[in-house]
Amino acid sequence: MVDITFGPPPGPRPDLNNPTEAYIHQTRRKRLYGFILLLFFVALMASGFHTAQDRNAGDFLSGLHQLGDFPAEVLSEAWTNRANLPALLLHYLPSLLETLNIAGAATLLGGLLGGFLALGSTRHLARFPTLTPLFRRIADIMRAIPEIVIALMLIFILGGGPIPAVLAIAFHTAGALGKLFSESAENADLKPLEGLASTGASWGQQIWLGIIPQVAPNWLGYALLRFEINVRASAILGFVGSGGIGYDLKLAMQWGGGKYDQVVAIFALLFFAIMAIDQLSSMARNRLVKVH
Amino acid sequence: MTDATYLAVQRQFKSRRLTAFAVPLLIILYLTYLFVSFDIPGLAARARLDNAGIMLADFWSHKTHVTRNNATGNLTVAIEGESKGTYAPSQYPDWVQTNGATTTIDLGSGNLITYDAKGARYIVPGYGTIDIKPQGEKLVLTAPQPIPTWINVADTRISVTTPAGRFAYSRSKVETFKYEPGWELFFFTLDSPFYGKSYGQLTAMLMADRIDPARSNLGLMASEFWNNKMWHHSVVAWALFETVLMAFLGTMGAALIALPLAFLAASNFAPFRAIRFTFRRLFDFLRGVDGLIWTIILARAFGPGPMTGALAILLTDTGTFGKTFSETLENIDEKQVEGIRSTGAGALQRARFGVFPQIAPVLLSQILYYLESNTRSATVIGAIVGGGIGLLLTQAIITQKDWEEVAYYMILIVLMVMAMDTISGWIRRRFIGR
Repeated sequence: MVDITFGPPPGPRPDLNNPTEAYIHQTRRKRLYGFILLLFFVALMASGFHTAQDRNAGDFLSGLHQLGDFPAEVLSEAWTNRANLPALLLHYLPSLLETLNIAGAATLLGGLLGGFLALGSTRHLARFPTLTPLFRRIADIMRAIPEIVIALMLIFILGGGPIPAVLAIAFHTAGALGKLFSESAENADLKPLEGLASTGASWGQQIWLGIIPQVAPNWLGYALLRFEINVRASAILGFVGSGGIGYDLKLAMQWGGGKYDQVVAIFALLFFAIMAIDQLSSMARNRLVKVH
Repeated sequence: MTDATYLAVQRQFKSRRLTAFAVPLLIILYLTYLFVSFDIPGLAARARLDNAGIMLADFWSHKTHVTRNNATGNLTVAIEGESKGTYAPSQYPDWVQTNGATTTIDLGSGNLITYDAKGARYIVPGYGTIDIKPQGEKLVLTAPQPIPTWINVADTRISVTTPAGRFAYSRSKVETFKYEPGWELFFFTLDSPFYGKSYGQLTAMLMADRIDPARSNLGLMASEFWNNKMWHHSVVAWALFETVLMAFLGTMGAALIALPLAFLAASNFAPFRAIRFTFRRLFDFLRGVDGLIWTIILARAFGPGPMTGALAILLTDTGTFGKTFSETLENIDEKQVEGIRSTGAGALQRARFGVFPQIAPVLLSQILYYLESNTRSATVIGAIVGGGIGLLLTQAIITQKDWEEVAYYMILIVLMVMAMDTISGWIRRRFIGR
C-alpha cells in the first residue's frame, strides 16, 4: 500500500529489525565508492603526470638532481660579488616601486569598476534589476581573461611601459572583485535603504549612505587581498614586456652568467616586498574584521 | 546624555568627517603621483592607434593577397599571404579574373583594379583612375590632382588605402589586399575537398560516394578539420588540455603534499613548537618566493614544458594550502576527536575518523577554488615555461599579424576558465551542498 502511494522503492530497503547489519552494509557501500573514487583519482594523477612528463623537454628524475644547480650557481656568483649587492638593491628599488605602483593603481581602478559591477549585479540593490544577469556575465568574462592576454595586446597598441600592465590587471581585478563585492553586498541589511528611501533619497544616495558604510570593511579587505595578488601579477607581466622589476629580472636573466648578482638582488627585493605586503595586509585585514 | 558622552560623540564625528575627506584626498594625491610617474601625457605620443585598428579588424576578418611578381609575371592569390592558404589557379575566387596577361580584381562597390603588361590601374569611384607604370628604376603615377593623403607616393613604392581594400605597387611586385569578414579557412583549408561547401552540400557529401576509399566521408571530414593546416585544431586542443593538466597536477599535488604537513604546522596537532614554527616558515617561504621565481628556477632544471609549469604551481600552492589547511585544522571541534579517542583509537585513526570528516568540505572547497584560479595562472605560466595555450597565445601575439588566432585563443581560454568554474561549482554543490 505504502509502495503504491509513494512510488516504487528506490532500492533495497534497510531491514529495520536488524539495524547493525543495515549500518554495516551502508558503510561498506560508502567505503567501496570512496575506494573507487580514490583509485580513479590516483590513476588520473599518475597518467596526468606521465603525459606531462612526456611532453616536457627535461625528465623529472634527472631534473631533480639539477634542481639545486641553478640556485647554487647564482648564489655562488652573487657571493663572490657580494660587495655589489647593497648598491644593486638600491639600484633596483625604483623598479620595485614601479611594480608596486602598477599593482596599486590597478587595484584602485579595478576596485572602483568592480564596485560598480557589483552594484549592478546584486539583485536587491541594482538600479536596473533586469540587467543583473548581464552585469554578472560581464564580470565572469572579465575574470576569465588572463592579464597576460590583455597586457600583450595593449603593448602592441600603447607600446611598452607600466600602463598596459595597469589596464590589464585592472580589467581582471574588476571582474574578480565584482564577484566578491557582490557576494558581500547581497548579505547587506536592506533596512537602512528603506529608511533612506522613505526620506526621498535618490538611488545614488541610498547606496552611498545605506550600503557602502555596511560593506566598506569587507570590500576593503577583499581589495587588500587582491592587492597582494596583483603585486605578483605585476611582477610576472614585467617579465613579458611591461615595466617594473620583472623586466629588469628578464634582462638580467637573459644575460646569463656574469649578472647573477643582479638576479639575486632582484629576487631578494621581490621576496621581501611580497612578504612585507602579505604581513601588512593580513594585519590590516584582521583589524578591519575586528573593528566591525 | 552626559556631557562626557556628548563630547565623545562629537569627537568621533569630527574624526570621521576628517577621514571622509582625507581618504579621497590621499587617493587623488596618489593618482596624481602615478600620472606623473607613469608618464601618462607621453602616452599619446607612444600610442599607435592605427595598430589598434589593424588588430580589431583582424580579429573578425581575413585578408586575401592578390600578388603579381613583376619580374616573372606570376600571379598568386593567397589568404593572409601564407603559402598554406594559396589558391590553385582553378580555384580563384570569382572577384579575381585572369587570362594570363591581364588580371582584373573587383573589390566591390565599383573599385576595380587591373594588372596588365604596362603596369596597373585602380579605378576608385568618386575619385578617378590611378595609373601606375614602371619606367626604368622609377614608378610613374598618373592620378587626378591633388593627390589625396590616402595615396602614399615614394620613388619605388606607391600604396593606396581605401575602405574597399589596400593596393601597393613596388618595382618587384603589385599587391592587392581585400578584406572580408569571417575566418575563411577555419573549418577546411583550400586543398580539402570540403572547402567552400555550404552546410547542405556538406550533408549531401556525407551520403555520397567515398572520396577517400579507405574511410568514410565523415571520418575524412573530421580528419580534414582536426588536421587543418592553418588553424591547427589538434595542436590547440592539446594545448588546452596541457593547460588544464598543469593546473590539475599542480593543485592536486600541492593538496596531497600540504595535507600531512599541515598537521605538523597546526598548533593543536604539532608535537613540538619548534616543528610547528619550522613548517610555518617553510610555507611562508614557498608562498613568498613568487610563482615567477619558482618558474624560472624549475625551467632551468626541467626544461620547458607542462611538467615544469605543474611543479611551479605545486610549489607555490603547497605554501598556500599548508597555511590555510593548518588554520582549518586549528579551528576544528575537539569534542569529536575526544569521542574517537575514548574508543581507544590511535593517532592515525583519530585523524581519519575524528578530524578528516570535519575538515573535508572546507578543504575540498579551497582546492576547487584554487583549481579554477590555477587554470588561469597556468595560461600565464605556460607563456613563460613554454607549454599549453599560453605559449600559442604569446607566439601568435608576438608575430603581430595573426590577431584572428589571438581572438580564437582568447575565446577558448574564456570558455576553458568558465568550464572549470562550472565544473568546480557543480562538484562543490554535489559534495558540500553549497
